[in-house]
Amino acid sequence: MMCLDTWYEYGLRSLGFGSRLLPKTDIQFCDQVVLIGSGMLWNIYFAILAVITGFFFATVLALGKNSKNPALRIPSATFVYFFRGTPLFLQFFFAYELFVLLPKLSVDINLIFITVTAETRWLTKAWLGALIVLFLNTSAYSAEIFYGALRAVPNGDVEAAHAYGFNGFQRFTKVIWPTTLRLAWPSYTNEAIFLFHSTALVFPSAFPAWRQKGDAVYYGQYFAENTFNPFVAYPIAAVYFIIGTLIIIWLFGLANKRLNKHVAPELRKKVWYRPNLVR
Amino acid sequence: MFEFCVDPKTLEGISWIACYLTTPKHQSMYWSVLVVLLLIGLTAPFTMLLGFFGAWLKRSVFLPFQFMGWLYTSTVRGVPELIFFLFVPIALDQLVELIRHKIKCSDWTDAVYQGNDFVVCTAAKMPLGEAEQWVHHTWNFALAVTAFSIVFGAFAANIIDGALKAVPKNQLETAQAYGMSKRQIFFRVHMPQMWVYALPGLSNLWQVLIKGTPLLFLLGIQDIVYWAKELGGLKTQVYQYPHPDIRVWYFLGLLFFYLLLTWISQIGFDRLTKIVSKGQATMGGQAATGGRV
Repeated sequence: MMCLDTWYEYGLRSLGFGSRLLPKTDIQFCDQVVLIGSGMLWNIYFAILAVITGFFFATVLALGKNSKNPALRIPSATFVYFFRGTPLFLQFFFAYELFVLLPKLSVDINLIFITVTAETRWLTKAWLGALIVLFLNTSAYSAEIFYGALRAVPNGDVEAAHAYGFNGFQRFTKVIWPTTLRLAWPSYTNEAIFLFHSTALVFPSAFPAWRQKGDAVYYGQYFAENTFNPFVAYPIAAVYFIIGTLIIIWLFGLANKRLNKHVAPELRKKVWYRPNLVR
Repeated sequence: MFEFCVDPKTLEGISWIACYLTTPKHQSMYWSVLVVLLLIGLTAPFTMLLGFFGAWLKRSVFLPFQFMGWLYTSTVRGVPELIFFLFVPIALDQLVELIRHKIKCSDWTDAVYQGNDFVVCTAAKMPLGEAEQWVHHTWNFALAVTAFSIVFGAFAANIIDGALKAVPKNQLETAQAYGMSKRQIFFRVHMPQMWVYALPGLSNLWQVLIKGTPLLFLLGIQDIVYWAKELGGLKTQVYQYPHPDIRVWYFLGLLFFYLLLTWISQIGFDRLTKIVSKGQATMGGQAATGGRV
């Protein structure tokens, strides 16, 4: 009942290891749990990389949007407006078609020990192409959150930093940025959850699941179509996503505690899941 | 469409584009914009209904109802909406067929789930096999509207519940002191004041609903995404208007179409906020900054 054989056979199927053929006839409950779980690896991969890289770009964008210099402000604001105003689902389609049109080039990148040949062909694959779209998308949404928090930083804090003789860089890293993050954190948690949920859109949209290496929803759909029974596969995928969501809330809650260490307990903002769904 | 479009192969430049963009297939694409708008128009009222129902469940004093309300809103929020959009239409379809099967073919002895198949008698099919094409389309569309309403209803329920809680207590107590009945309090005092607090969330929900409409494509409905994919693909010399793969332009067009939709809605909601803020005990827009609009 532990499905050990199935784990061995399909545990890493979404990455291309194990049995080549997907279960076709006589589909067991085990098969569904293991294969959909294997697909979750993709959702986790997309979510983690996009959130981490997006975090930094979002900070840059938020500062750009807050800048007095129109050469920085206008591009940042336009970028944020465009990605927040259009559906992610169509962004995937557009990006895929764009990447397909790129000339096939390759560049050798020397990484000291090994040389990697980067190819533009990679962009048409989900692992890179979809990741870039998710990165740009979450950057825009997070930038809007950070921008709002940046505007809400109390003036007194900044003045105090001035009085201490901090220079611009110190003011930002020691006072403005930590406060921005603290204020933005509850909304940013929601953003991370939503990005995690949005990873489900990668394979149903434009990016093909090469050799049936797909994410949780891809395999869920596969099973629902092959068993004609949606009541097993989709709830399994749903449970995996709920577990993932709870883990994100927990992790971001830890970070929130650290960000709020110096704040009086009654003034602390709790991380509260107030989501924003599809985009 | 135009008279000079009789022989497309001889056309060039602007006239080629004009003729190309007015072919019957392109006109179907323009009509499919209506499908998107119809989906939004039908989903919005059902969403509000389900939202009020969900909020009512959550606020009920009867514990099982409260639990049901909590379960409804939190499961929808914890799971990617895509899973619901894939799940609800098939599940509903099978449920309806199963009920019809039980009623119409009560003498049927075989199990409905046979191995990897779902079998009901022909009379129980929904819609019937011999039904016309438009019946199938309408049925699929109705299933899509249901799925959208269920998902967005859960979010609306949370927004309405929060807004009802946000109305100052003394307003309700005053109404009570005036001797109003529970019903009167709700309709004359509680609900009219709720909108100010609900509007930021609802405006956000509306934008999200608009941005969710391309997912119709995954439900097998011929929406604009379907046509963009279809029309933009490579057309060889066999076709009247041969062209290379230009889907990227179609999708760029769609992106701007959605940008326009969200932009117009934003203007509309800004106006609405001004209207409902009138005469409210809030600092004008201040109460309306809660949501991520």
